Amino acid sequence: MAELTVVEAINDCFHVELARDDDVMVMGEDVGRAGGVFRATAGLRDRFGPDRCVDTPLAEAGIMGSAVGLCMAGFRPVVEMQYDAFSYPGLDQLITHVGRYRWRTGGRMEFPLTIRMPYGGGVRAPELHDDSPETYYVHTPGVKVAIPSTPADAKGLLAAAIRDPDPVVVLEPKLHYRTLRGEVPEGEHVVPLGTARLAREGTDVTLVAYGSMVPLSEHVAKALAGEASVEVLDIRSLKPLDEDALLASVAKTGRVVIVQEAPRTCGYAAELAAIIAEKAIFDLQGPVLRVTGYDVPYPYWQLEDAYMPSVERVTAAVRRLLD
Amino acid sequence: MAQVLDAGDDLRQVIGEGARLPAARDREVEGLSEEDLLRLYRDLILLRTFDERSVVYHRQGRIGTYAIFWNHEAMQAGSAFALQRSDWIFPSYRESAIGLLRGMPASTVLSWWRGHPAGWWNPADYNVASICVPIATHVPHAAGLAWGKRLRGENSCAIVYFGDGATSEGSFHEGANFAAVMRAPLILFCNNNHWAISTPLEAQTKAESLAAKAAGYGMPGVRVDGTDVLAVYEATREAVERARAGDGPTFIEAVSYRTAPHATADDPTAYIDMERVEEERKRECVGRYEAYLQRLGVLTDEHVQQVRAEAVDLMREGIAAAEAEPPADPALLFDNTFVDPPASFERDLDELRRILG
Repeated sequence: MAELTVVEAINDCFHVELARDDDVMVMGEDVGRAGGVFRATAGLRDRFGPDRCVDTPLAEAGIMGSAVGLCMAGFRPVVEMQYDAFSYPGLDQLITHVGRYRWRTGGRMEFPLTIRMPYGGGVRAPELHDDSPETYYVHTPGVKVAIPSTPADAKGLLAAAIRDPDPVVVLEPKLHYRTLRGEVPEGEHVVPLGTARLAREGTDVTLVAYGSMVPLSEHVAKALAGEASVEVLDIRSLKPLDEDALLASVAKTGRVVIVQEAPRTCGYAAELAAIIAEKAIFDLQGPVLRVTGYDVPYPYWQLEDAYMPSVERVTAAVRRLLD
Repeated sequence: MAQVLDAGDDLRQVIGEGARLPAARDREVEGLSEEDLLRLYRDLILLRTFDERSVVYHRQGRIGTYAIFWNHEAMQAGSAFALQRSDWIFPSYRESAIGLLRGMPASTVLSWWRGHPAGWWNPADYNVASICVPIATHVPHAAGLAWGKRLRGENSCAIVYFGDGATSEGSFHEGANFAAVMRAPLILFCNNNHWAISTPLEAQTKAESLAAKAAGYGMPGVRVDGTDVLAVYEATREAVERARAGDGPTFIEAVSYRTAPHATADDPTAYIDMERVEEERKRECVGRYEAYLQRLGVLTDEHVQQVRAEAVDLMREGIAAAEAEPPADPALLFDNTFVDPPASFERDLDELRRILG
């Protein structure tokens, strides 16, 4: 075990996976010479060469689209979208081709494409460097979505994505790229998609979260320790979803707050709430609550603390359920 | 109204009669045997027959909406003839039947137009990608595949087909630029038929020609008479040679004119000059090539009848096979989206089957 930050764990994953499989290649804007604007791909170009860690033209749809073609040539491309909101030009390819191509071939051709990007706010960045676009990806048929919250999961889920025969989008909480350290298994480490992680056990309320909302939820749970026993479920694989883990926690506590950084309407929290309503309504002691970002553009950073789900807002939601 | 030729006189031609530029005389393409010429003829007839029969099948309600490619056959057959079997083809919906030139059954393409899953194919079986319905989004795919072939040290190349309207799309730009930067062995083949549904070329671009755009990507751009199958072949052969030599992509602008509706659902009389269409139909590509072969003395009436009869038979068998496909099983809704589908798919299918009974 090594003590790594989230971004170091991602870099470690790349070194392991590129050494393990010659068909894996990394491509994107500034991923080669610079090693990525967050250094997630540092050292790969020197170690594996410019054809396996490729600095591409500045063109997200071109990156995503040419990666589809590389899959057809037998590669397993891992593309980096430099920032969450820079991925939007790539949505055209994602929706029209990435998620549909295997289906279109009657399942006869595989598209083992991984798309990863730093996501989320709280880092005092300019506009459109702060979005939480997971719902767009989850809503796209044919695409899987994972969001780690710990260094170990950042490595393990990325490895699972790279090895997966289907397209997988991995969103990485950039807020915690360097602020969160944790034990990370050395060498090969895979966290299977479709498994949630019980981040903290509790009996009174479940906080359901993923990505950067997990540390926040853990903070709330700790702060409320004398007052309530709060469970924190880290969803970490949004699609496929570990429904059993979700429903088990709901059955245990009967009270649920879903914490999501993205805007509220039709967000992933709404999907989780719908599943709970369909399958566990008789386990509930109160309404399923959501603490989310607001239905507004992600604000300039002087306003971002007001936008982001906060300890205070999550705590208030928990207390509302306990009252 | 769009001009036939709006830039220079740099249009490559081989067949004199019906040529777009004046005073052109027949010439021969070096290296083509009589057998090659006749195979090319067979390819043209195959595509023409597919197209004409498909319009009929549509009217009979046997296939759905269909994108007509009448008078585009020379662009498709001529360029495909310059490829090896190991080279990849990325068709748009206008080239829906190009797989026939690689041995794909007509029933597969007809099933695609019938909206039936029997229209699915494995691109690797024919080195023909799936038909791209949105405009130009397959250009980056072709760039990526061709780049990948170069990375693998294989000597194959790829061709991607799109229309004049596609050159306005961002995906065209990004794909062309990627191909050039990655030195991808790719031929970007633009069938400039002057119309994107009802939008004429002059509403699409202010560029002097579409081929002129190639300069912006640092690749050669060549213009060719799109209803001259031999000129198309020759230009593509040169582009393929460049690609195999490691010199990267080439943009080919094949100039033609759309003489049929965009698709069976379109009525061009609302926007097109029908006199111009009639004039263009006189130089349609199959008749032009037939006359050329007759002048060369390599085509007999008997051969014409035989090739046409074979193509008609193939279509007859194709539509019969497509119509004999059993109704698509609802399981196919779920079967091919993921290699490893989520548990919800099975539950959804079970429920659907219960309801369908």
